[in-house]
Amino acid sequence: MSITYLEAIREAQAKALALDERVFIYGQDVGAFGGAFKATKGLAKEFPGRVLDSPISEDAAIGLAVGASYEGMRPIIEMQFADFSSVAFSQIVNQAATQFWRTQVPCPLVVRLPSGSTAGSGPFHSQSMEAIYAHYPGLIVMNPATVEDAYQMFLEAVSIDDPVIFCEHKFLYYHLKADALPTEIRPSLPVGKARVTRAGRDATVVTYGALVHEALSAADKLAAEGAEIEVVDLRTVKPLDLDTILGSVARTGRLLCAGEAAPWGGTTAEVISRVAQEGFTLLDAPPMRLNARDTPVPYHPALWQAHRPGAQSIVRAVRDLLKF
Amino acid sequence: MVDAVAAAPPSEVQAGTPAQPPPNYLETFRWMLLARTLEERIASLYRAGKIFGGVFLGTGQEALSASLGVSLREGDYFGPLIRDMAGRLAFGEAPVDVTRTYLGSPLGPMQARDGNIHRGRPKQGIFPMISHLGTMVSVVAGALLARRLRGTLPGAVGATCIGDGGTSTGAFHEGMNLAAVERLPLVVVVANNQYAYSTPTSRQFACADLLDRAAGYGFAGHDVDGTDLVACLQTVGAAVAEARAGKGPQMIVARLLRLTGHGEHDDASYMDPALRASAVGGDCLKLARQQILTRGWAQEADLDAWRVKCLSQVDAAVATAQSDAPPDLARVHWTALSTTDLNSVFPQP
Ligand SMILES: Cc1ncc(C[n+]2csc(CCOP(=O)(O)OP(=O)(O)O)c2C)c(N)n1
Ligand SMILES: [Mg+2]
Repeated sequence: MSITYLEAIREAQAKALALDERVFIYGQDVGAFGGAFKATKGLAKEFPGRVLDSPISEDAAIGLAVGASYEGMRPIIEMQFADFSSVAFSQIVNQAATQFWRTQVPCPLVVRLPSGSTAGSGPFHSQSMEAIYAHYPGLIVMNPATVEDAYQMFLEAVSIDDPVIFCEHKFLYYHLKADALPTEIRPSLPVGKARVTRAGRDATVVTYGALVHEALSAADKLAAEGAEIEVVDLRTVKPLDLDTILGSVARTGRLLCAGEAAPWGGTTAEVISRVAQEGFTLLDAPPMRLNARDTPVPYHPALWQAHRPGAQSIVRAVRDLLKF
Repeated sequence: MVDAVAAAPPSEVQAGTPAQPPPNYLETFRWMLLARTLEERIASLYRAGKIFGGVFLGTGQEALSASLGVSLREGDYFGPLIRDMAGRLAFGEAPVDVTRTYLGSPLGPMQARDGNIHRGRPKQGIFPMISHLGTMVSVVAGALLARRLRGTLPGAVGATCIGDGGTSTGAFHEGMNLAAVERLPLVVVVANNQYAYSTPTSRQFACADLLDRAAGYGFAGHDVDGTDLVACLQTVGAAVAEARAGKGPQMIVARLLRLTGHGEHDDASYMDPALRASAVGGDCLKLARQQILTRGWAQEADLDAWRVKCLSQVDAAVATAQSDAPPDLARVHWTALSTTDLNSVFPQP
C-alpha cells in the first residue's frame, strides 16, 4: 500500500470534515466530480451537503468563505489552479487578511492552491504565488513538500484560526508517494518550523515545495563529488523559520536559496536578506539565490525545463558557492 | 474576414435545384467541416502523446462559432474562447497556426511559449485568450473604445465568445457593464452548452435564462438554437449587423450541448444522458449535412469532395508543424519586456 501526495490531501480533507462539523468545502467541480485533480474524490457522497460546487466566481468564493467564517464555519476553498486565485486576490488580501486586525474576529479559512509548473501547462496553469500572498500581513502560507506534511499540515491549516494559503505542488500530486498516511494527525514539527531534511556541513540549500526533491537529488550528486549538502525544507513560507535557517548556515557557512517562482523579490530574496542582516558573520561566501527566469512560464516542455531551477542547476550553483 | 492567412474555403458548388441555401450557408458549413476535421486530428495527436498539455474541442459548437466568424470581416476584432475553432478559421486563422501552437513549434504565433487554445494574432484582430474566464470581454471592448477615440470606429464590430460558466465571473460582469455604458458595437456570444467542466447550469446561475441578463446589462438579447446552422447564421448575422449599424452591444445566448469532454482528458461521465437525446443534444454538423442533402443544396459527392479537401488541408498543416524544429534553447530570448534594456538580469536557473 502506498499513498500519493494528492491522496494525502484528499484524506486530510476527509479527516477535517469528519473531525469538525464546521468544516465545508467549496469550489469549482469539487462535488460529485471530485475536483479537477480529484482532491475531493468521493467526499460529496461521504459528507452530504458539505462539499459544494461553486460557479466560476473565485472572488465571490472567497467572499463567501469569509462570510461563513463570521458564522463560525471553517471553510476550505479549492481554487481549480493557483493561477485563478488572482481573480480572488482582492478578497484574499483585503477581506480575509485584514479581518482579524480590523475586527478582532478571527478568519479561519483555508485556500487550496494547486501550484507550480508542470510540462505543457503554460503561463496560466503553472504559477507559484506563495510570495505574493506572503507579502500581505494576515495570511499564513504553507508549502508542504512531503506526503506526511501534505496530510498533517493540511489538518493543521484547518484548525488554525487564521486564513491559510495552502500551496500544493501539482508536480508532487502523482509523483510523490509514501508507504502510508501518518497515524498522528499533528505534525512532528509545529507550524512555522522548517525541517532539516538532509544534514551536511559544506553548504546549505534552503528551498520548499517540489524543489526540495530537486535539492535532495542535487545533494546526492554533490555527495559523489565529496560535498556534503544540508537541505532545509521551509514547509511554511510565512512565517519563515529563520532560526533553523541560521542554525544551518552556522554549520555550513554557505547558503543557496532556491525557489520556483519568478526571480524579482519573493521568498528566496526574503531568506537571503534576512540571513544577510541577521547572520552576516556566519557566512563564508556571498549567499546565492536561484529562481525561475523572469518570463511567464512557457508551454513547450523544453522551454519549461529551461525556465525553472532543477537538480542540475542547483548542482551548478552549489559548485560555484563552494568555490568561493 | 482576414483572409491573408486563411485557408481557402473549398471550391464553390452548383447550388441545388429546389431552393437556394441561405446566404453564406455552404461556405459556413465548409468552415464547420474544416474545424471538425482539424479537431479530430488534434485529438488523435493528443491520444498519440504528441501534444503537450491539454486539448479542448468545439465539437457541437461549430455552427454557432462559424456563423460568427463569417459574419465578421477584416478590420473587426475577435476574442474567441475555448471552443471556437470554427469561428477562428472562418475569421481567417490559418490551420497551420493551430497545429504549430498545439505542437509547440517556435514558428507558430505563440512561438511555443503558449499552447493549444491560447493563440491569436492581435495585429490581425484575433486576440489570444488567456485562461482566466470572462477577461476577454473588456479586452475586446477596449479595442473598440480605442477605435472610437481615434475616430475609426464606424463600421467596425468586436465579438467575443464565452460559455455558460464564464458568465459567472466578475470579469464578465464588469466587461459587459462597461461595454454597455460605452454603447460599443460589441457582440457577446454565450454558448450555453449546459456544463462548465462537470458543473451543470443549475449550479452556475439561477435566472430562468442567461438571456434575461441582457436587459440588465443594457445589451440587446438574442436567443438561438445552437444546433441549427440556418438559425445561427440568421441570428448571429443579424446581431453583428445591428452592432455594425450602431445599435449598441448585442448578447446572443445559444442553446446547445458540449458534445465532448471538457478536454480530451475528460470522459464527461457526469453528463446527463437525457440531454444528448434532447433538443440541445443535436450535432450541428450532422444536422446541417442532412439539411443540405434533403434540400438538394449539394450532392453527396460534393460533401465527399469537401471532406477530402479538408483532410488534405489538415494533413498539410500537421505536416508543416511536425517538420518544424523544436525551440532552439540557445536562441531563446528570455525576456518578458519589449524594451530590451529594461529587462532585469537575474542568475539563470
Ligand atoms: C477564472 C477562471 N476560473 C477557473 C477556470 C478553469 N476553467 C477552465 S474552463 C472551465 C469551465 C468553463 O465552462 P464554460 O464557461 O461553460 O465553457 P465551456 O467549457 O462549457 O465551453 C473552468 C472552470 C478558468 N479558466 N478561469
Ligand atoms: Mg459550458
